[in-house]
Amino acid sequence: MGGADAIAVEGLHVRRGGKPVIHDLSFTVGAGRVTGLLGPSGCGKTTLMRAIVGVQIVAAGRVTVLGLSAGSRRLRPRVGYVTQAPSVYRDLSVRENLRFFGRVLGVRRERIEEAIETVDLGGEADRVVGDLSGGQQARASLATALLGEPDVLVLDEPTVGLDPVLRRDLWATFAALARGGTTLLVSSHVMEEAEHCDQLLLMRDGELLAAESPDALRARTGRRQLDEAFLALIEEGEAG
Amino acid sequence: MSARITWATALRVLTQLRRDPRTIALLMLVPAFLLTLLKGAFHEDPKSFQQVGGPLVGLFPFSMMFVVTSITMLRERTTGTLERLMSLPLAKLDLLVGYGIAFALVGVVQAAITSAVAFGPLGLDVAGSTAAVVALAVGNALLGMSLGLFVSAFARTEFQAVQFMPAIVFPQLLLCGLFVAREKMVGALQTLSDALPLTYAFEALNRVTTLGHLGSRGRLDVIVIAGATLLLLALGAATLRRRTP
Repeated sequence: MGGADAIAVEGLHVRRGGKPVIHDLSFTVGAGRVTGLLGPSGCGKTTLMRAIVGVQIVAAGRVTVLGLSAGSRRLRPRVGYVTQAPSVYRDLSVRENLRFFGRVLGVRRERIEEAIETVDLGGEADRVVGDLSGGQQARASLATALLGEPDVLVLDEPTVGLDPVLRRDLWATFAALARGGTTLLVSSHVMEEAEHCDQLLLMRDGELLAAESPDALRARTGRRQLDEAFLALIEEGEAG
Repeated sequence: MSARITWATALRVLTQLRRDPRTIALLMLVPAFLLTLLKGAFHEDPKSFQQVGGPLVGLFPFSMMFVVTSITMLRERTTGTLERLMSLPLAKLDLLVGYGIAFALVGVVQAAITSAVAFGPLGLDVAGSTAAVVALAVGNALLGMSLGLFVSAFARTEFQAVQFMPAIVFPQLLLCGLFVAREKMVGALQTLSDALPLTYAFEALNRVTTLGHLGSRGRLDVIVIAGATLLLLALGAATLRRRTP
């Protein structure tokens, strides 16, 4: 699938609570790649992801996912979305949550154990989610999105608060999923995570500062560190 | 709509309940406990106990399912699970009917325990069959569930959801004819009580417990209860939005 666009956003405007949150965004996300959506908190990352999943009311513009209008019925089994706050049932165990979402998606039972394995929750599978740590809850939430093996995975800050080893493992998992053809859009407010991405979308105040690969960004700004490159882009924008 | 997803939802709601034994105990035992108190309170006036007790057996499930559903649904809304469900291939009806099946099952057990205590040790006597009382009780459980589902959209916090009980359930209990015959109410209250679904629930129960059968008027009451349940479910479905601002 590599090469084609999995997500296309054209002239997107979103207003929340009367204020413009996203202002005239246009970009594409390549299929079978890990695309990082980076920017400070409050810059509109979550709103943009909600628009791509199709749960956000948009003011203007067009969002297309896998050739279909975002949020359309046929996309629902093909797009996985993990919100920043873990959206799983806190009063059920990890396995009970997965069993429920697995039944809804109609997946094979083995997928449940595979998903538990992928997020490394084997030891906690029968514990009630509400009793787990924040990071474990986030992983339980991620596991439910992996169940249906969606073509597009939209992950809102999936690595926040995780220990470094687990974070590295998750990025390796994302890369493996992308090699298997899955398109991943992963948000983060930590620039060092940009290193793991094939493609970057840098956002600030509801606008896109850059959409390119980490190497292209380095070359253009002449900075080796990506956070410095990000800063250089902001300064450049303010000077111009 | 899909039978698989509906059943998955019902199973999930029941599993959540099973994880909360204290709530199960309260749901199952509180109605019987309240009826026992009522029996004691009417010690000098057993006739009134007979009059009020029968319909009450069928009305408890309404108020309890109302609270349980409005809080469970509010949790779905506030913890983000509803948003996740809405992004999955799940029809709104799957969710609503799944809830309905789970709470109807709970309603059956609750009504069975309550009537076993009421018609057994408490010596409550009704003219009609106790099975008819239990059947009406389950219908009322579903009515309470659909009302709770709908009003949960108007609560932001669990505090508010709990306050809907005195605000929305109590007026219906006061005006349904259980405490004062509706003919003796002033005109405006009678009209108001005509518009409240619990009035019809009480009338149907009252017919079964005092006359022994529903009759044509009682069958009409049952149709109104079913209609109100479906209308509230439709209104509740309208509050489940796939896209939000």
